[in-house]
Amino acid sequence: MEGMAGQKSSLTWLVNLAALLLVVMWTIPTAGLFVSSFRDRDQISATGWWKSLSATEQTGFVRTGTAADQREEGGVFVLDGNVLGEGQELVGWGTRSREPAAYQPGDTADVDGAKLTVNADGSYRMESPTAFEMTRGERIFLTTKSPGKFTLQNYSRVLNAEGIGRAFMNTLTVTIPATIIPILIAAFAAYALAWMDFPGRALLTATVVGLLVVPLQVSLIPLLRLHNEIGIGKGYLGIWLAHTGFGLPLAVYLLRNYMVGLPREVIESARVDGATEFQIFLKIILPLSFPALASFAIFQFLWVWNDLLVATVFLGNTREQLVMTGVLRELMGSKGGEWEILATSAFISIAVPLLVFFSMQRYLVRGLLAGSVKGG
Amino acid sequence: MELFLLAIGTIAVGVLGCVAWFWGSNYVLDTILPPRGPNAGANISRASLIRPWLFLGPAILFLGVYLVYPVINSVWLSLKDASSQNFVGASNYTWLVGDPKFRESMINNFFWLLVVPALSTAFGLLAAQLTDRIRWGNIGKSLIFMPMAISFVGAGVIWKLIYEFREPGTEQIGLLNAIVQGLGGSPQTWLTIQPWNNFFLMIVLVWIQTGFAMVILSAALRGIPEETIEAAVLDGASPWQIFFKIKVPQIMGTIAVVWTTITITVLKVFDIVFVMTNGQWGTQVLANLMYDWMFRGTPDYGRGSAIAIVLMILVLPIMIWNIRNVRKEMR
Repeated sequence: MEGMAGQKSSLTWLVNLAALLLVVMWTIPTAGLFVSSFRDRDQISATGWWKSLSATEQTGFVRTGTAADQREEGGVFVLDGNVLGEGQELVGWGTRSREPAAYQPGDTADVDGAKLTVNADGSYRMESPTAFEMTRGERIFLTTKSPGKFTLQNYSRVLNAEGIGRAFMNTLTVTIPATIIPILIAAFAAYALAWMDFPGRALLTATVVGLLVVPLQVSLIPLLRLHNEIGIGKGYLGIWLAHTGFGLPLAVYLLRNYMVGLPREVIESARVDGATEFQIFLKIILPLSFPALASFAIFQFLWVWNDLLVATVFLGNTREQLVMTGVLRELMGSKGGEWEILATSAFISIAVPLLVFFSMQRYLVRGLLAGSVKGG
Repeated sequence: MELFLLAIGTIAVGVLGCVAWFWGSNYVLDTILPPRGPNAGANISRASLIRPWLFLGPAILFLGVYLVYPVINSVWLSLKDASSQNFVGASNYTWLVGDPKFRESMINNFFWLLVVPALSTAFGLLAAQLTDRIRWGNIGKSLIFMPMAISFVGAGVIWKLIYEFREPGTEQIGLLNAIVQGLGGSPQTWLTIQPWNNFFLMIVLVWIQTGFAMVILSAALRGIPEETIEAAVLDGASPWQIFFKIKVPQIMGTIAVVWTTITITVLKVFDIVFVMTNGQWGTQVLANLMYDWMFRGTPDYGRGSAIAIVLMILVLPIMIWNIRNVRKEMR
C-alpha cells in the first residue's frame, strides 16, 4: 500500500511539473514582448529581456567643458564636472573610442599634455599647465552600468509619432460595425433554418456548412473587381460588407445549432397563442440565444480585429486608413531592428483582443464547442 | 472623431436597415395575407411559404455575393489572361505546373499540413490531459489558450523577437540564440536556414492552434463515461494504457474534427509567412504566392485566380466530408 501511495504522489508531481513546463513554454513568448515594450532602446539592444531586472553595461562618450569653462587654480588651468547620468555606475573609461574601458575609475591619463582624472562617482578633473584653447570639449569614453528600469516612453512615442493611435481608431471603426451587422442578419437566417419549415431547408443548411471552409483567397480578386465596378472602391464600406459576408457562414451555423436545441414546447405554445413568427423570434428566440450570440460576437470581433489580409485588400494603404495589423507589418519592414517600437506597437495591438479574451473566455469556449464538436 | 461618428452612423444605419427590412417585410406580408378573416387558413399557409425567405433574404444575398459568386467568378478569371481581357484556356494552369515557386509552395504547404495539425493536436491532447488533473488547471488552460486571441501579425513580431540574431560572441537578445549560445553552440539566423526555416514558421501556428485543440479535446475527454475508465483501473491498467487504449479511441471523432479544422487554417496560412519571411529563403506558401501575383508589381488576375482555385480544390474534400456529416446529423 505504501508503495502505491508513493507512486501516486510522484505521478501527481510529474503531472504538475509537465503542466507547468507547457504553460511556461506557451506564455514566455508573449511575456518577452510585454517586458520588452517597457524597456528603453539601449537596454533592449544591450541584453535579452529576461535580464531586464539586472544591470546592463553600456558604452558611450561625453564631452568635457571647453576653453570657456576653464579656471585657473594656483598656476594650473582646470576643467571639471561630472560624466555620469542618473543611476549610472562607472565601470571604466578611456580616451579613445576603441578602448572605452582603458582606465579604471580614479586613474589619471594624459590627454595632449593635460592630465585627466575620472573618479568612481563620475566627477572628472582635467589639469593643464597651459591654458586650454579647444572650442569643443575633449571626449571621454565611458563604460557604465545602469540598473534595470522600466519606462512608458515607448508607449507615448508609438501612440503619437508612429501612427499607432490613429491605426487603433481605424481598427475600431472597422471592427465594431463588422461585428454587429452580421449578427443581426445571421440571427434571422438561423431562426428560419432552425424552426421554419420550407422546401430547400436541408440544402441551404448544407450550403452554409460548405461555405464555412471556402478559402478567403478565392473571394479577393472577384470582390475587389466588383467593388471597383459598383463604385465602392477601397474604403470602410467595402471592408464592412466583406467582413459581414465572410463572417456569415459561421454566424448562421453557430446560431442555428444553438437555436435547434431550444425547447420546442416554448415555441409551439407561443404559436398556438397566436404570436407571429416575428414576435416569437424577437421575444423568445433572441433572448434565449444570448450565449450563442455572445460567442459569435467574440469570434467575429477577434477575427476582424486580427485580420490583415482583408484589410490590405479592401482598405487603402495610406496612413489614414491602415489598421493596426497593417501598421505593424509596415513597421516590421521599415523598423525591423527597433524592437522598442515593434514590441510596443505589437503589444498595443494585441492588448484589446487579450482583454476581450480573458473577460469573455466562457463564451468563446462555448462557441468553439458548439461549432466543432456538434458539427463533427 | 469624424471616424467614430462614421462608425456609429454605420452601425445605426446597418442595424436600422436590418430591423426595417425584417419588420417591414413581415408587416407587409401580414397586411397582404392577414392571418384572420374569411381566408385565414389559406393566408397563413401561403404566408408561411414566403416568410422563411424574408428571414433568409439578406443572409442569402450576402452569402451569394461574397462567397458563392466569387468562387464561380474565380474559376472563370483563372481561364483568362493577366488583365482578364482575353480567354487563354488552361494556360494559367499549365504555367503553374512548370513554375518553380509554385512547386516550392505546394511542397511547403504539404509539410505545413503534415506538421501543424499533428503537433497542435498532440500538444493540445497533452495539455488537456494534464490540466484536467491538477488544481490550477483552469489558469493553465487560459494561458495555453491565450495565443488564440493574438493576431498572426502580432505572433509574427513575438516570434521574430525569439529568433532574433546577433553576431556570435556578443550578447544575444533573442531567446533561442541565447539558449544556443549558452549551451556552447553558435547563434543562427533561424529564418534563413533552408529548409528548417519552414519549421520555425510552423511553430508559430502550432503555438496559436494548440489552445484551440486543447479546449475541444478537454471537453471530449470529460465526456468519456466514467465506467470505462473505472473498469480499466480495476483491471490494473497503467495510466499510459488508460490514456492511449481507453481514452484516445473514444475521442477519435473529436480528434478528427480538430485535425480537419486546423488543416483548413493551415491551408489558408498567409499572415505568418507574409510578415516573417515574405516567402523568401524557400518558405513560400500558396496563399502568399497568390497575394504576390495579385498585388506585387502589375497584378496578374489570371494566375492569381488559378492559385486560388488550387487552394479551393485542396479544401474541397474537407468541405464534402463536413457536409455529409451535417446531413447525417440532420436526418
